[in-house]
Amino acid sequence: MKWLNIDKSDRLLLIVFVLAVLLGPVIMTPIGGGYPDLLQKFAIFGVFAIGFNILFGLTGYLSFGHAAFLGIGSYTAVWAFKLLTMNVVPAIILATVMGGVFALAIGFVALRRSGIYFSILTLAFAQMSYNLAYSVLTPITNGETGLQLRQHDARVIDGLFGVERTDALPTTELFGLSMSGWSGYYVCGVVLIITFFISLRIFRSPFGMMLRAIKSNQNRLSYTGVNTRPYTLAAFVISGMIAGLAGGLMAATDPLAGAERMQWTASGEIVLMTILGGAGTLVGPVIGAGVIKYFENIFSAFNHDILLNVFSFLPEALQQAAATFFGLFVGEGWHLTLGALFMLIVIFLPGGLMEGVNRILNMIRRRSSSSGPPAPAPAADASVKAGE
Amino acid sequence: MSILSVKNVNKRFAGLQALDEVNIEVEAGIVHAIIGPNGAGKSTLLNCFVGRLMPDTGSVTFNGISLLGKSPHEINQAGVSRVFQTPEIFGDLNLLENVMIPTFARRDGAFKINAWSAVSDENDIEAQALSSLEDVGLIDSARVTASQLSRGDKRRLELAMCLVQQPKLLLLDEPTAGMARADTNNTIDLLKTIAEKDITMIIIEHDMHVVFSLAERISVLAQGTVIVEGLPDEIKGHPKVQEAYLGGAKL
Ligand SMILES: Nc1ncnc2c1ncn2[C@@H]1O[C@H](COP(=O)(O)OP(=O)(O)O)[C@@H](O)[C@H]1O
Ligand SMILES: [Mg+2]
Repeated sequence: MKWLNIDKSDRLLLIVFVLAVLLGPVIMTPIGGGYPDLLQKFAIFGVFAIGFNILFGLTGYLSFGHAAFLGIGSYTAVWAFKLLTMNVVPAIILATVMGGVFALAIGFVALRRSGIYFSILTLAFAQMSYNLAYSVLTPITNGETGLQLRQHDARVIDGLFGVERTDALPTTELFGLSMSGWSGYYVCGVVLIITFFISLRIFRSPFGMMLRAIKSNQNRLSYTGVNTRPYTLAAFVISGMIAGLAGGLMAATDPLAGAERMQWTASGEIVLMTILGGAGTLVGPVIGAGVIKYFENIFSAFNHDILLNVFSFLPEALQQAAATFFGLFVGEGWHLTLGALFMLIVIFLPGGLMEGVNRILNMIRRRSSSSGPPAPAPAADASVKAGE
Repeated sequence: MSILSVKNVNKRFAGLQALDEVNIEVEAGIVHAIIGPNGAGKSTLLNCFVGRLMPDTGSVTFNGISLLGKSPHEINQAGVSRVFQTPEIFGDLNLLENVMIPTFARRDGAFKINAWSAVSDENDIEAQALSSLEDVGLIDSARVTASQLSRGDKRRLELAMCLVQQPKLLLLDEPTAGMARADTNNTIDLLKTIAEKDITMIIIEHDMHVVFSLAERISVLAQGTVIVEGLPDEIKGHPKVQEAYLGGAKL
């Protein structure tokens, strides 16, 4: 009997995933990450990375403009708050739909090319969106200030239900549940779990198999009777929708949207997260997103004074030198650390952190199998699957 | 009746006439070999059949429909499968997956979003794929990643991928190149059993042992032109063939 139509090893994976999300605060507190704002970020970028991975991890098409869909999702959600209601459900649904609509249009054009040309086309599109948001589209995006809530926004649906207007700015909610703090984290966490489940089903489906075949040898697939273009377009639209969803969540937890969300650095960040964690694996991208957001949080909080404190055990001259040197890698300079970390991973673990995890698991298995009876082949196969 | 009809096909690559007024009629149900020295244009000709190349002039019709301007997947869906000279397989996937994909393509057509069912529930597809792997003798490696296979095994895998689709026309570009003698003989036997089914084969081959074990009709291509065509016995001692092929040495 198959439960939720997934295999045994995947069921275990799903249970572990759900537990990790539910126990997020407990897990993160000992390492200094146990506060809701940060965990919300983990969940939202986890969603984003899962969506990106469905395109990049499965088909191998490297989009360098995915942040545009994130930005579009955020703008859409904020408009939904302004025009319709502070309830996040319509906002999140509309953000997902708009992400999909834009992905359909962009994918239709960009997927005429593959490899680097595809990447450049997506990058160009994202930069265009970024520039438009600052110029022609200012009436929609509110330019550099960013799109914000106003007291006198229409909020038609809230009006119909007789929600009272107060002097304060309204806050986002899910049927009375606040979207800030821990309840906000758990709403994002549930969305993350649902997204992960969808991704799991896609990975194990014939559709997912076709996508992996595109990555492996698109040529062969055409000569096998498969029209590859609609498959890549479907993957692109799904991943654009999930990016829109992530953008919607971002606005739901913090109701403002700015164009910087669409900048190429933001697109690059999602590429880094996915590769760092392990492109094409199920949980890798989520881990990559978590690791990057965690270290960003730690490293960017450091400043010169804190560093001086850290190196207070050194003689004064050395203390100054050390603080200045390490100062390059923290605060604003944290991207330098990220770059170095990324290089190390790509050079030593080209399969990302998940490759490291799998290597360790294999080592343990080999050690235990050299003492005990040899592990049967099917078991090895199942654990590889779970390792994904 | 001919299943594939090639008329006056020309193909030019920057200054090189790769195909020069090629005419071939392939009779349904037989094994038709195309032989000729290296660079004669054999692979180029196959490329014109599967939508990889567009001939400059001429026509290619399969079962009465023109193949020109059709995309590779349409031609495959019409019933033409091809084994390439350099094996084209899904190197990152295991053998079973490699063969399941063409099986899906045959059942579901060129495009179907099947995102909510599980591959592990597709028992029918899996059984067909396994039986095809069994036919080519690779069943024991079903869970091996395809890129790890030897060149000869890759070719057999590609053959399994084509056979599982039960094509009407099977194109084989040097299916035994890179194989040891014993493997070559196995492949000949395999191709013989396939030939007995309702399937037409066009085989390009260097190994004369393979050609004369299988072919019922042979076209000899040299410098882009069909210089002789006939039954194997007619080809064997033909002076023109010996001249073009081996510069006079005996076949
Ligand atoms: N895509 C191409 N571009 C340019 N020249 C090509 C191309 N494909 C084949 N040729 C040339 O056409 C000739 C025939 O090649 P090919 O059909 O591969 O020969 P065969 O398979 O008979 O050995 C060769 O001289 C080859 O270099
Ligand atoms: Mg050739």
